[in-house]
Amino acid sequence: MAASAAAERGVGPSPPGHYPVVVVGSGPGALQVCHELDALGIGYAAISADPSPGGMFRKLPIFQRLLSVTKPYAWAEQHARPYEWYDWNSLLSDDPAISALMPSIMDGSSSFPSRPEMERNLATFAERARIPLRYDTPWQSTRQADDGRFVLGTPAGEYTCRVAVFAIGMAEPWRPATPGIGEVPHYVETGPVESYAGKRVFTVGKQNSAFEIATALLPWARQIVMASPRPAKLSVVEHSLTGVRARYLQPYEDAFLANGVFLLDMRIEAIERAGDGYTVRMRGTLDGRELAYAADAVIATTGFSVPLGDLPQLGVATFAQGKQPALTPFWESVSTPGIFFAGTISQAAGGLKKHGIPSNSGAVHGHRYNARVLVRHLARTIFGQELERPRLSRADLVPFLADQLTLAPELWNQRSYLARVVSLEPDDGIRDEGVSPLSHFVDTPGPDAVAVTLEPTPEGHIYPAVYIRRKGAVEERVLDADPLNDYHGAAVQRALEEILAAFD
Amino acid sequence: MASDPSANLLASLTLFADLDTPQLEAIDHTFEEVAFAPGERILRQGISGSNFYVIVEGEAAVRIDGTERATLARGDFFGEMSLLLGEAPSADIVARTALRCLMLPGPDMRGFLLRYPPVMYRMLGTMALRLRAANRSSDGG
Repeated sequence: MAASAAAERGVGPSPPGHYPVVVVGSGPGALQVCHELDALGIGYAAISADPSPGGMFRKLPIFQRLLSVTKPYAWAEQHARPYEWYDWNSLLSDDPAISALMPSIMDGSSSFPSRPEMERNLATFAERARIPLRYDTPWQSTRQADDGRFVLGTPAGEYTCRVAVFAIGMAEPWRPATPGIGEVPHYVETGPVESYAGKRVFTVGKQNSAFEIATALLPWARQIVMASPRPAKLSVVEHSLTGVRARYLQPYEDAFLANGVFLLDMRIEAIERAGDGYTVRMRGTLDGRELAYAADAVIATTGFSVPLGDLPQLGVATFAQGKQPALTPFWESVSTPGIFFAGTISQAAGGLKKHGIPSNSGAVHGHRYNARVLVRHLARTIFGQELERPRLSRADLVPFLADQLTLAPELWNQRSYLARVVSLEPDDGIRDEGVSPLSHFVDTPGPDAVAVTLEPTPEGHIYPAVYIRRKGAVEERVLDADPLNDYHGAAVQRALEEILAAFD
Repeated sequence: MASDPSANLLASLTLFADLDTPQLEAIDHTFEEVAFAPGERILRQGISGSNFYVIVEGEAAVRIDGTERATLARGDFFGEMSLLLGEAPSADIVARTALRCLMLPGPDMRGFLLRYPPVMYRMLGTMALRLRAANRSSDGG
């Protein structure tokens, strides 16, 4: 178990040397990977450029609470597995002393933790899980030795490993090539709210970070103009977390009430210095209309990229203007085997993206499960471990699948992305194969098996989906959505029995 | 977070050739760039919920019941048939090389085409060419 592995190892920070795995980062993605490696007894070193755990949550979000909820009083009891569905911020552990930490740290004033509360949550996890993180040790260089092992250079010395897992976040400020945008602060450089008192504030962008700033500045700014070529997308309309979250909708409402906020669908052509302020030159996306806005302050809320360092030179292929690594369904570089990614970056492995709806891999409640699946994949495919594949009786199979569809937090938090897989081989019986990326199950040949997951319709309804793999062919079957998300009922059991009859 | 390709890239693709710069910029923020490894499936025959794609770089194979029928390359698009018909794709689209595409979520397809008729017209032209080729093929011509 995790605690015993950590105890045997001691708690000191990882010194330079040779390891099976090196984990880079100290945010939630890195911490979860380290804990899973401990759980499976795989040796590793962990290094971070930061002085303490927390990753981006040491500094961001700038003004507001997190966008992810933790509900202390939920339908499921804390520390029970289904509770994870309602607690998006705790990291995972089988050890009750380490699991579901977030609700015990929150002060009860909101179901959205404050940034310091989240930082404390992660620091507590790192301490209790005895993760041997070596802080203030930036990864500076990467090369591949003749024997295929990776060598990571740091000021403390070299770390050599068979597998490197980079959980380095998507927190490097990114700006488009708009003339003049390099002269204005990025979101991460936004000043204290008081410094915007009475000012005309312009945000380049209309996504969550722009709305976060606008929400914070509503009591301070004289006027707020938010502009980008495309209309703002709202989570409640898009039915995904990619839209502007409900908590940040006050500026949106103010715009429609003509109450000091403007949302412009315009291309920003240039930002020019004008005295103590700026002139922002724009052109209408649909009508081509030109507009110049005099702003006292401009903030580039233009997103983030992954600080990939020298990995592209090592051969790691990227896409989206070099902002993200191209990954396999198990989050391995498609071009440099042995280099894996965890945490927020795991969203670069898009999965099926049914109806265009992305996974939740960009958030803790999604990528914490990716980390668990990733480490089990490493254990099996690289370190030769035979992981337990519990047997199921035929009589237990349908109740087992119904349980997963109703209770499994992996499936509810990573809809249409992760699936529970059960193999049904005549010679080997029925076995629980655990959680797998759905795209891997659908696209990769394997034994006869069934995979269950939850999927969203474009309208936001969530329904169970069953994928059947027989003789190499995969077939999709969908079940009716239950209004209360309970799939223990007789109708679902009958539907599952009917689907599984193909294997009898 | 979605990744937005540049408007210049869009302008170089035939499908968007009739749009002006502000329109391209708007589309730039509507599509998401996605990457696939060689051998990876983008559309899956018989699996619902697919999207619309335009190839930016690389090649993809069109496979029906495992038999390769055609090759798609830069500027080609796919996924529109299943979206227009409201059915699961009738073919697999498989990356033959490392592949970069622009992706439009399936539910956004109708609104997108209605908002940009020049793109719809270009798409109809391509589909007419495909229909003609299919007719000639079925005629043995």
